[in-house]
Amino acid sequence: MRSPREPLFLARQSYRRRRIEDAARLLPLLGVVLFLLPLMVGGAIGSVRVAFVFSSWFFLILSAFVLARHLGRDAGQRPTGSQSAPDGPSDDPAGPR
Amino acid sequence: MLTFNTLVGVCLLYVIMLFVVAFVADKRARRSKVRFLTSPMIYTLSLSVYCTAWTFYGAVGNAARSGLEYVTIYLGPTLVMIGWWWFLRKLVRVGRSQRVTSIADLVSSRYGKSNLLGVLVTLIAVIGTTPYIALQLQSVTLSFAVFARDRSAGWVIPDLEQTAIWVAGGLALFTILFGTRNLDVNERHHGVVTAIAVEAVVKLVALMAVGIFVVWGIGGGAQGISAAMEQAIQAAPEGAWSLQGGRWVGLTFLSAAAFLTLPRMFQVLVVENVDERQLATASWAFPLYLFLMSLFVIPIAVVGLAILPKGENPDLFVLTLPLYFEQDGLAMLAFLGGFSSATSMVIVASIALATMVSNHIIMPIWLSTRLGVGASEYRDARQILLSARRLSIVGILALGYFYYRISGGGAALAAIGLISFAGVAQVLPAMAGGLFWRGASRSGAVAGLITGFAIWAYTLFLPSFGEAGVMSAAMLADGPWGIAALRPQALFGVDGLDPVVHALFWSLILNCAVFVLISLLSFPSPLERLQAAQFVNVLDHSGPTRGRSFNAATSEDLLVMAQQIMGSDQAQAWFQAQAEQQGKQGYLPDTTPDFIGRLERELSGLVGTATAHAMIAQILGGATVSVDDLLAVADETQQMLEQTSQMEAKQLELTTTARQLSEVNEKLTQLSIQKDAFLSQISHELRTPMTSIRAFSEILRDGGADDPEAAARHASIIHDESVRLTRLLDDLLDLSVLENGQVQLYPRREVVRDVLDRAIAATSSVIDQEKMHIHRNRSDEGIALYTDTDRLAQVFINLISNAAKYCDAKDKRLAIRVRQRGGRLQVDFVDNGSGVPLESQSMIFEKFSRLSDQAAAGGAGLGLAICREIMDKLDGSITYLPGQSGAAFRVTLPIGTHSPFGRTSSLGINHL
Repeated sequence: MRSPREPLFLARQSYRRRRIEDAARLLPLLGVVLFLLPLMVGGAIGSVRVAFVFSSWFFLILSAFVLARHLGRDAGQRPTGSQSAPDGPSDDPAGPR
Repeated sequence: MLTFNTLVGVCLLYVIMLFVVAFVADKRARRSKVRFLTSPMIYTLSLSVYCTAWTFYGAVGNAARSGLEYVTIYLGPTLVMIGWWWFLRKLVRVGRSQRVTSIADLVSSRYGKSNLLGVLVTLIAVIGTTPYIALQLQSVTLSFAVFARDRSAGWVIPDLEQTAIWVAGGLALFTILFGTRNLDVNERHHGVVTAIAVEAVVKLVALMAVGIFVVWGIGGGAQGISAAMEQAIQAAPEGAWSLQGGRWVGLTFLSAAAFLTLPRMFQVLVVENVDERQLATASWAFPLYLFLMSLFVIPIAVVGLAILPKGENPDLFVLTLPLYFEQDGLAMLAFLGGFSSATSMVIVASIALATMVSNHIIMPIWLSTRLGVGASEYRDARQILLSARRLSIVGILALGYFYYRISGGGAALAAIGLISFAGVAQVLPAMAGGLFWRGASRSGAVAGLITGFAIWAYTLFLPSFGEAGVMSAAMLADGPWGIAALRPQALFGVDGLDPVVHALFWSLILNCAVFVLISLLSFPSPLERLQAAQFVNVLDHSGPTRGRSFNAATSEDLLVMAQQIMGSDQAQAWFQAQAEQQGKQGYLPDTTPDFIGRLERELSGLVGTATAHAMIAQILGGATVSVDDLLAVADETQQMLEQTSQMEAKQLELTTTARQLSEVNEKLTQLSIQKDAFLSQISHELRTPMTSIRAFSEILRDGGADDPEAAARHASIIHDESVRLTRLLDDLLDLSVLENGQVQLYPRREVVRDVLDRAIAATSSVIDQEKMHIHRNRSDEGIALYTDTDRLAQVFINLISNAAKYCDAKDKRLAIRVRQRGGRLQVDFVDNGSGVPLESQSMIFEKFSRLSDQAAAGGAGLGLAICREIMDKLDGSITYLPGQSGAAFRVTLPIGTHSPFGRTSSLGINHL
């Protein structure tokens, strides 16, 4: 049921946003790879490996922060149906207005 | 010195503070001041219910025993959170658009609002979570015991079970007060969430304070910790600090799965979510929180191992280290941190479970006892719903307490954390499949859940009770009835794995396999397919659900029922708003499918999807979506498409009409110009002979022509001019008669040759005068005609005299050729002149069109116009033939069946 009329090529801004979305999708994959790396080295864990796990963890958090700033800004501009005061009885996120 | 009373007092103060925070937040929420309460930070902090006392205390113990492995419990959720765009965003969107109240509700709603699935998931959740609650009780009582042990001199050793009862009771009270205080349509609990956020801060601050104290207070900074770590690795048993690939990957995956499927996590992650910005912030802030929570775990563990006497329980290093160094304040803070972790987990978990139990087990049972009753019978529904919630909370906490009592609170309980994770993770295939695969069906989900749950119970849960439990040592070692392939911890001979990873692997693999296989084989019901489309495509269109139309239902019945569940004021306000939206006054909107859909979603926020669906169906009398309803939905789309194409067609039509109109308009303008030209032409034509007649008659009257010869000449000029005038008027009259169709035809049978002879005879004077030769082939002209030959002769005369007058050759010749072509007669008149120039060919048949004045002596330029009119009347035509030796005209007419003439003549007669 996807709309058949999605444009094939996008304006620069939309294009950038799509790529940010791509990055957001790929970030967990990067995380998986980073967190698998310590397994590639045998033997007991030394401080180096502990430091590696924590620093790659922190790197992921920083990346997520940067991405979320871009994605979240748009999510705020484009309210997805919900209101900011959701406890009213008439709040109906999916209902037509 | 800490005394037991101080400890209890601080605990009480802390709990009172939580009550106040929750109370204030609830009050603000009721006054709709939710901006602060729904801020992304509060949301992020509330996610920290993931970090329970098990992780608060247990992470250090885990690190002390097996090194880095403890981070896997945090890495899983980190991966899920930073991948929010891919999974969580969809989950949260579905949760919001479908008014999902719990994970059981989500699964039940996705698979056709099936209550069976709701019950299944609820059972799994209860069985998986109860031991976990017991674990929290244990950790709180253990931490009490630590204080008691160390200060036994001044303390009455508290009864551990007594403590557990008090804690459980207190938690039940808090949860009931703030968790079931309001029956909110969104199932959101601002008070609880805010209290949880405060507890999250306490946890973090406590752990970090202990960590900072350990690292810089007693551990000697980073250098010292590093050294202590090396020492710990040296001292540790062989292999304890090496990473086991299976466990590392398996536990990371397990924690990620549990993060999504644990009832309490689903509650704070999805149900309490208000908008997407919260998720965007939490995507980095919550991993950061986890990062900070785990940063000091290894330092505390290694320093504890190095400093504290052997045999000290590493699970309690967070408490015992400060106590060992007589840091009572810090120990107090650490205790509060652990206490916070335990309480927040228990509160949220019991709310989530109570919602599930009351919505999917108690309410359906209650509903089924009053099958087939009207709306007014829901009189006490709201009260029953609240009571069911409260009862469920008490029941769940009691279960947890009894589990704690029975298990004896030993080390067996400590292992239950991962076991519990693995149990609830069984919901993951049904959930993820439901969100991303439209083919996932109810049967598949049920079969997968049961399979996964059974294998989990067989390979992990039951063996966890130890050899004294359900499974004997012999059965664990050799399998049931000695079948080695069925050994619980080495299923199908796979014995190289850690028990948890082993169970996780088999349960999830088989769960997925059965789920996919049955889904592929089964055929879902219409309602299921409808829901599947809405779930899977939620990001494409968060549009409303539509479908059913009910005739019999009166909105009054619905209002009565809704009042019982939502409360009178709220229900009335909501109905009024709906009616207003439909443009109606009062409280009773029309029961349109749209309205029904919204009411159902509204109610499902209170009682769960399946129950709301059942309740409405009970009143409306239609329990399922029929294929017709689905078709109606499909039709709507189809209609939209059709309407669009119709609009396009209409637009095209309009464009065509507009073009036609403009053409007609142009024609009209041209006609008007023609008319004006005609009038001026005609007056000119009449005026010229008139002028000369007047002039010569004046001369005659005034006796200006004495000479009789001149007088005769003048009179003859007057005569000629009058004749010309008369001819002009005749022509005009003829033309107007012809154009108006008021002409009577007298058809008769005659041979073409005779008609031509007559015409040549009539024009002989002009022919002789111009010395024109006429070439005929008389043998061709023997074709008999049935038509008005007099009129035809008139046309011929005109053409012959035209040729005589206008042919500009020296030696004028006219060829007349007669032919018969397919029942039609063709007569061509071709002269040897220079012909008609191309640009004039189209206008020679117009009135008063004369190409030049060179032979003005002739007619007024009406001849060819008259010819064309005549030929029209005779059902024939006259055209100019280009490309001949000179001017060439072709006359075509039917040879003469009677009918066309009969019709034409009768028409003519009618006009007369």
